[in-house]
Amino acid sequence: MNFKLKIWRQENPKTKGKLVDYEVKDISADTSFLEMLDQLNETLILRGENPVSFDSDCREGICGQCGLFINGRAHGPLDQTSTCQLHMRSFKDGETIYVEPFRSSAFPIKKDLRVDRQALDNIIASGGYISVSTGQAPEANQTRISSDEVESAFDAASCIGCGACVASCKNGSAALFTAAKISHLFQLPQGKIEHKKRTQNMVKAMDQLGFGACSNTGACEVECPQGISIRHIALMNKEYWK
Amino acid sequence: MYFSTDTATTPLAKIPEGDLKDKWSNFKTQARLVSPNNRKNYRILVIGTGLSGASAAASLAELGYQVTSFCFQDSPRRAHSVAAQGGVNAMKNYKNDGDSVFRMFYDTLKGGDFRSREANVYRLAECSASLIDQAVAQGVPFAREYSGYLSNRSFGGVQVSRTFYARGQTGQQLLLGAYQAMMRQVHLGKVTCYSRHEMLDLVTENGVAKGILVRNLDTGEISRHGAHAVVLATGGFGKIYYLSTLAMGCNGSAIWRAHKKGAWASCPSWTQIHPTCLPQSGNHQSKLTLMSESLRNDGRIWTPRVKNENRKPQDIPEEDRDYYLERRYPSFGNLAPRDIASRAAKERIDAGHGVGPLKNAVYLDFKDAIANQGKETIVKKYGNLFTMYEKITGINAYEQPMMISPAAHFSMGGLWVDYELSSSISGLYVIGEANFSDHGANRLGANSLLQACVDGYYILPQTLPHYLAQLSKSEKPDTNTAAFEESENQMRTQLRELCQINGSKTVDHFHRELGKILYDKCGLSRTEKGLTAAIEAIRSLRQEFYQDLKIPQNENGINEELEKAGRVADYLEIGELMCIDALSREESCGAHFREEYQTADGEAKRNDRDYAFISCWKSGDPSPVLIKEPLHFEFTKPTERSYK
Ligand SMILES: Cc1cc2nc3c(=O)[nH]c(=O)nc-3n(C[C@H](O)[C@H](O)[C@H](O)COP(=O)(O)OP(=O)(O)OC[C@H]3O[C@@H](n4cnc5c(N)ncnc54)[C@H](O)[C@@H]3O)c2cc1C
Ligand code: SF4
Ligand code: FES
Repeated sequence: MNFKLKIWRQENPKTKGKLVDYEVKDISADTSFLEMLDQLNETLILRGENPVSFDSDCREGICGQCGLFINGRAHGPLDQTSTCQLHMRSFKDGETIYVEPFRSSAFPIKKDLRVDRQALDNIIASGGYISVSTGQAPEANQTRISSDEVESAFDAASCIGCGACVASCKNGSAALFTAAKISHLFQLPQGKIEHKKRTQNMVKAMDQLGFGACSNTGACEVECPQGISIRHIALMNKEYWK
Repeated sequence: MYFSTDTATTPLAKIPEGDLKDKWSNFKTQARLVSPNNRKNYRILVIGTGLSGASAAASLAELGYQVTSFCFQDSPRRAHSVAAQGGVNAMKNYKNDGDSVFRMFYDTLKGGDFRSREANVYRLAECSASLIDQAVAQGVPFAREYSGYLSNRSFGGVQVSRTFYARGQTGQQLLLGAYQAMMRQVHLGKVTCYSRHEMLDLVTENGVAKGILVRNLDTGEISRHGAHAVVLATGGFGKIYYLSTLAMGCNGSAIWRAHKKGAWASCPSWTQIHPTCLPQSGNHQSKLTLMSESLRNDGRIWTPRVKNENRKPQDIPEEDRDYYLERRYPSFGNLAPRDIASRAAKERIDAGHGVGPLKNAVYLDFKDAIANQGKETIVKKYGNLFTMYEKITGINAYEQPMMISPAAHFSMGGLWVDYELSSSISGLYVIGEANFSDHGANRLGANSLLQACVDGYYILPQTLPHYLAQLSKSEKPDTNTAAFEESENQMRTQLRELCQINGSKTVDHFHRELGKILYDKCGLSRTEKGLTAAIEAIRSLRQEFYQDLKIPQNENGINEELEKAGRVADYLEIGELMCIDALSREESCGAHFREEYQTADGEAKRNDRDYAFISCWKSGDPSPVLIKEPLHFEFTKPTERSYK
C-alpha cells in the first residue's frame, strides 16, 4: 500500500511547528501504524534528514506511551484501540493521513509528535492511591468483595494513562482520567475510607495543573482506548459536591 | 580461548545458617538496623520503576530513607511490568489442593532445573503470600469467585492452582499498585522521580558504588547523582534478540555498564523463549506480542500430522491432528513448562509441520473448551486476549484456532547477587529481572512478577539497611570527585563519537542482524560450532557498527537514534558474552539446550557432576573470566526434570 502523510514537525517546545508532506510506499497491510513510521524514519535517516520524533514503548496497547492524533482523532480511526495497535489495513491505499501530536494546554509539545504528560502523574501523586504501607496489609481473603464490584472497579482501573481523553476534549479536561482513578478506588471497600479526601485533592490538582473544566461533551469516552465510561465522571462530580 | 577461568575465587553467597525454613527469619533477626531518625540521612538511587523498582522505592521511602528514582519512559507507570498478562504466583493454598511453601519452593527449583540456590528460592515462596495481601490492600482488583473470595488458576509447570490474576492485565494492575504507592511518597517529598532519564554509567570509588550518571532524554543534559547505595531495577534484556515480547526501550545497558565497572554477570545466555507468542509475519515487524500462557489452561496445542498441510484448521479432522504436547508429556500436557513447550514447537516446525503463511507457527485451539464450558465462560476468562489477537491478526479465535510461535521473552540471567541482593560491588544492589537469582535455568510462569515484588517490597528493605548501618557516619554523597569527572568525560566522548561515525546504516539494521544471529545460534538450541560462529559474527558486526553507523543530529536534545545506538552498542557486547556463556556450559539445563547433550528421546541432559554451579562472569581484558559459585543441595535431591 502507498500513503501520503502530513506530519507535524516542530523542533522544540519554543519553535513554531508545521505540517510537512511525506510519502511511504510498499507498506504491507499487516504493518502497524508505528511500524509504518519506523519505516519512514529509516528512509529519512538514510537520506540525511531528521527522523520524526514520536513516543511508544510496549507496542501492545497497555503502557499508554504511544498516542498520535490521526486524521483528527486521538489514536486514529478505530474505537478502543491505542495508536500502537492500529494497522495499515484500517486505511485506504493511496489515502492522505494527517499525523499530529496530542495537543492540550496541559501537554506542552516537546518535539514533533512527543508531548509532556507529566501533569497526569502529578494528579495521581495528589491522592490517587490507598495509603497502605508495605507490611500493613491484613490477610487478603478477610475482605470479601463480590465479583461484580471487582469487575466494575476494574473497568475504571484499566486506564493506561495515555491522555487521549485530554487531547480529544475541547476544554483540555482530564476529568475522565481523574475520575477513572477515583472510581476504581471508591468502588472497593479498601478504598472507601480515604475517598472524600482523595476526591477533593485530585480534583483540586487537576484544576491547578492547567487542565480545563469538564462540560460533559463525552468526546473523551469515544476516544478512550480502554473504553472507560463517562459515568465515572458523574460519580466523581457527585462525590466532589457531596 | 574465548574466556579464562578463575578457580581461586569463591563467590560468597551469604546464605544464613539454619534450617531452610528458618534462614530468612534468622537473617532478619540478626540484621543490623538503622534507627528511624537516622534514615533520612541516607540517599538511595533506584534505577527502574517496574514492579521491583517502584515497590523498592515506595517501601524504602516509607521506612524514611531519601529515594531518587529514574526511568526512561515518560512516566514511571509505563515500565514494562505493565505488560505482564497472565498472573502472579503465591502460596495461599486457598484451593486446599495440597499447596505448601515447600511445594512451591520445590516446583520453582525443579522448574529452574536445579540451577538456583535453595535458600533464595525458598524465601521467594515464603514471602509470596504477603504480596497478595499487600496488593489487595492497595486496590489491585484480582479476580474473585462469586462468593467474593479470591480466585486463582494453574500455570505451566505445576499441578496446583496458585496463580492469582487480574483479567489479562495482572502486571498492569500490580504495577499501578506499586506506582501509586511510590507516587504517594513523591507527594510526601520522600521520593524524587526523574522520568525520561537514562542511566549512562555507574560510578565507583575503591570498588564501592557511589552514584550514577544519567542523561535527560528530552534535553540531552547529563547529570551526576551521588548516593549511599545504588539499586538497579532495570528489567530484562530479551530485546537483544530484536524481535521479542519486550518493549522498544528495554535494554541491558544499566547492568552492562555496571558489569564493566566490576559487577559480575551470571548466566547471561539463559533466556526464556516463550511458547505462546504471535508469529512473525514480515520484515517490517518491530516486536512479537505475547499471548498469555494462561491460554494453555484451556487451549490445546497441535500441528497437522502431515507436512505441508493445506486444509484450513477447522477442516482437519481429529485423527489428522497431532496434539504433540499431550502425546509427549501426558501428565502435564499443554501445561508443560515453557522451555519444553517452546522446544517441542520448534521441533514440529523444523520437521515441516508448521502452519501459517510462513509455516512458522503451531495451533492453539479452543474448540473443545468452548464446547465443554460454553463460549461465555471462555469470553470471561480470556476475552481481552481474544480481542487483542483479532486486533493484531484480523482473525476471530472463537471460530478458528490461534496461531502461536516461540519468541524471546525473559532473561533468567543478569547481574550476580548474593542472598542479600547485593552485587559483587559493595553498595550496588540488583533486583527484579535484572538480577540472576531465583529462576535458575528456566523461570516458571507467574514467578517473575512475584520475584520483582518480593525483591522490592520485602527483601531489599531488610537487606539494604543492613549495609547502610555499617557505613561510617561521616559518609556523605559527593559528586565532585575524580571518579565522577572521569565517568562524565568518558560518557560525553562516547556519545559524541557515536554521532560522528556518519556511516550508511541505521541502528535498527545492526540490531536486527544481531537478533538473527542470536535466535539462530544462541536461542532455543545451541551447539559448539554454532556458538563459535556466532561469536565471530558478532565481533565483525560490532566492528562494522563502529565504522558504518549513521545517526542523524547530535547528542544535544531528543535523539532517539542515539538512545538506541547506546543500547545496541552494549547489546553487541552482551551478545558475545551470552555466546561465550552458552559455549562454556557443556550440558543442557532448562532453557539452555546444547544439542550435544541430550537424552535418547531428545530431552535436556543435565550434568550435575561438572556443572552444578552458577557462572559468574567478571569483565576482563582480553577475555572474560569465569568464576564458579557451586550450588549445594542440602534439602532436596536434584532429579531428572521430567514432565512426562
Ligand atoms: C509481555 C510480557 C508478559 C509477561 N507476563 C508475565 C506474567 O504473566 N507473570 C509473571 O510473573 N511475569 C510475566 N512477565 C515477566 C515480568 O513482567 C517481568 O519479569 C517483570 O515485570 C520485570 O520487572 P522489573 O521491575 O524487573 O523490570 P521492568 O518492569 O522491565 O522495569 C524496568 C525499569 O527500568 C527502567 N530502565 C531500564 N533501563 C534503564 C536505564 N538504562 N536507565 C534508566 N532506567 C532504566 C525502565 O524505565 C523501567 O522503569 C512478562 C513479561 C513480558 C515481557
Ligand atoms: S481515561 Fe482512557 S483516554 Fe484517558 S488516559 Fe485513561 S485510557 Fe487514556
Ligand atoms: S506503545 Fe504502549 S500502549 Fe502503545
